[in-house]
Amino acid sequence: MRRPLLRLAAISLVLVGSAMAQAQAQTRLLNVSYDPTRELYTEINKAFTDKWKKDTGEQLLIEQSHGGSGKQARSVIDGLEADVVTLALAYDIDAIAKVGFVKEDWAKRLPFNAAPYTSTIVFLVKKGNPKGIKDWGDLIKPGLEVITPNPKTSGGARWNYLAAWAWAKDSNGGDEAKARDFVGQLFKHVPVLDTGARGATVTFTERGVGDVLLAWENEAFLALKEFGADKFEIVVPSKSILAEPPVAIVDSVVDKKKTRKQAEAYLAFLYTAQGQEIAAKNFYRPRDAAVAEKYASTFPKIELVTVDGAFGGWAKAQAAHFADGGVFDQIYKPGSR
Amino acid sequence: MRAERPSLVDPWPLRIIAGLLIFAFVALFLALPLWTLFAQAFAKGTEAYLRAIDEPAAWSAIKLTLTVAAIAVPLNVVFGLAASWAIAKFQFRGKQLLTTLIDLPFSISPVISGLVFVLLFGLQGWLGPWLRAHDIQVIFALPGIVLATVLVTFPFVARELIPVMEAQGTQEEEAARLLGASGWQTFRRVTLPNVKWGLLYGVLLCNARAMGEFGAVSVVSGHVRGRTNTMPLHVEILYNEYNLTAAFAVASLLALLALATLAAKAALEWRGRTEIAS
Repeated sequence: MRRPLLRLAAISLVLVGSAMAQAQAQTRLLNVSYDPTRELYTEINKAFTDKWKKDTGEQLLIEQSHGGSGKQARSVIDGLEADVVTLALAYDIDAIAKVGFVKEDWAKRLPFNAAPYTSTIVFLVKKGNPKGIKDWGDLIKPGLEVITPNPKTSGGARWNYLAAWAWAKDSNGGDEAKARDFVGQLFKHVPVLDTGARGATVTFTERGVGDVLLAWENEAFLALKEFGADKFEIVVPSKSILAEPPVAIVDSVVDKKKTRKQAEAYLAFLYTAQGQEIAAKNFYRPRDAAVAEKYASTFPKIELVTVDGAFGGWAKAQAAHFADGGVFDQIYKPGSR
Repeated sequence: MRAERPSLVDPWPLRIIAGLLIFAFVALFLALPLWTLFAQAFAKGTEAYLRAIDEPAAWSAIKLTLTVAAIAVPLNVVFGLAASWAIAKFQFRGKQLLTTLIDLPFSISPVISGLVFVLLFGLQGWLGPWLRAHDIQVIFALPGIVLATVLVTFPFVARELIPVMEAQGTQEEEAARLLGASGWQTFRRVTLPNVKWGLLYGVLLCNARAMGEFGAVSVVSGHVRGRTNTMPLHVEILYNEYNLTAAFAVASLLALLALATLAAKAALEWRGRTEIAS
């Protein structure tokens, strides 16, 4: 009876040992990102490690972790050792800065508010648009089901929410009460809140729940690419929001792991022509003028409001809408449809 | 007049209905999902199936899952033996409390089981800053995943052994002691052989759960692809990446591990029965 146990223990020791030996073989960077960027960063990582190898001779291994933006920030705060964070919105990096892992001035350390690419929020509907959804106002038609993730955990969901709010406010002559009323009604049409954008996309596309998905533009394009343009189509609303997903180095981690040089080069790579081209190919709107020109036909022109312009910045928007007891908590009552 | 003897056999319509119900239930809730799983996994052919599994991230998930089980199961065997021995063979203060505590992981949600470790070992938690200062990574790494798994699979061995040991009573142990055996000798030569089938059964159940655990592990894993993803987590990631074939392929591997566990269990039961009969 003792021998099998001993053997098990021996095997497990060997396994753990080999795992640790592998771990020290090369320089590793961990990119903790939000939900829809899996494909983007798989491609970026490959291009960057090739370039870094050519330039410096060092073999890098870049690891990825994906999930709802707020949840990912929470993991980094709890000790997930990310060298860089590439999240859905500035507030989530601010939250990491608040505990001191990222320097307060992170947004000024890289061009364009440290957001190397932008996106916006569009609608994904079934082919032929059977419910005739054209703009935000159509989403609260009786019987319609809207799919969006949970604004508490997902960055994309917060952009969805703010875009809806901005449209409702502007189409009611700036009336905040009417905007609140509209967003409240909108969430009465939401049957399920996933924790991240990709979960919501899967709910809509694969499980077939709901009539319309409020989605990142890049996520909607990717769904068209995956499932074919004969299954779904994108509806561009009259107005949406300029989403700026920011990136930052996690200072406490790179200083400890001595990976600052590699991490900085990695984020800078996102701004190069090559990085911008990869972003555009993955349906993120590039910042670089030349690349933007080249891909101009991909991205429809939409009137875009900004968080700074319409909501006075992320800190304010977060406190008013998504904090505990904020407007979202007041208007969203699960089950009360 | 002769009184009718009550029939010990159920009337045939009842038997047919019960049989049909069981058959429908098994088909609907066990056979159909399993069939779907394998059908989807092989939807694009054997080659695609093998390609989906022979991929670094999948291999690392398989390795991690086996490593976690190889650490968690022996730990729980040691604990389960000690606890069930103490509970079944001795009287002591707090015995009832210990029995209840062993059941705790069954009754709390796995998410909570994961979250307690984040609260304990997370950087904002009690021990986090100290661990960081000494460069020890617990959560979002192997130790955290093992801890969460140990907590979730904690009751399996002990729960399996307590009734077996209680049923056997303490007479044989008392005889051994009277004949001059030491405590350790008594345990090794008398108690352990008596419960070996129960123990193996508990180990198998514990192992099945350790490999399949999702909730608690998901909370402490950090989801780093190729490093802290166990097989169940990897299945979810692949599914979310629209990679259905690969997701079902890895899921089918997990199912195969479970089926192998069940087969081992059936074989053990059969051997155990023949041994008792002889």
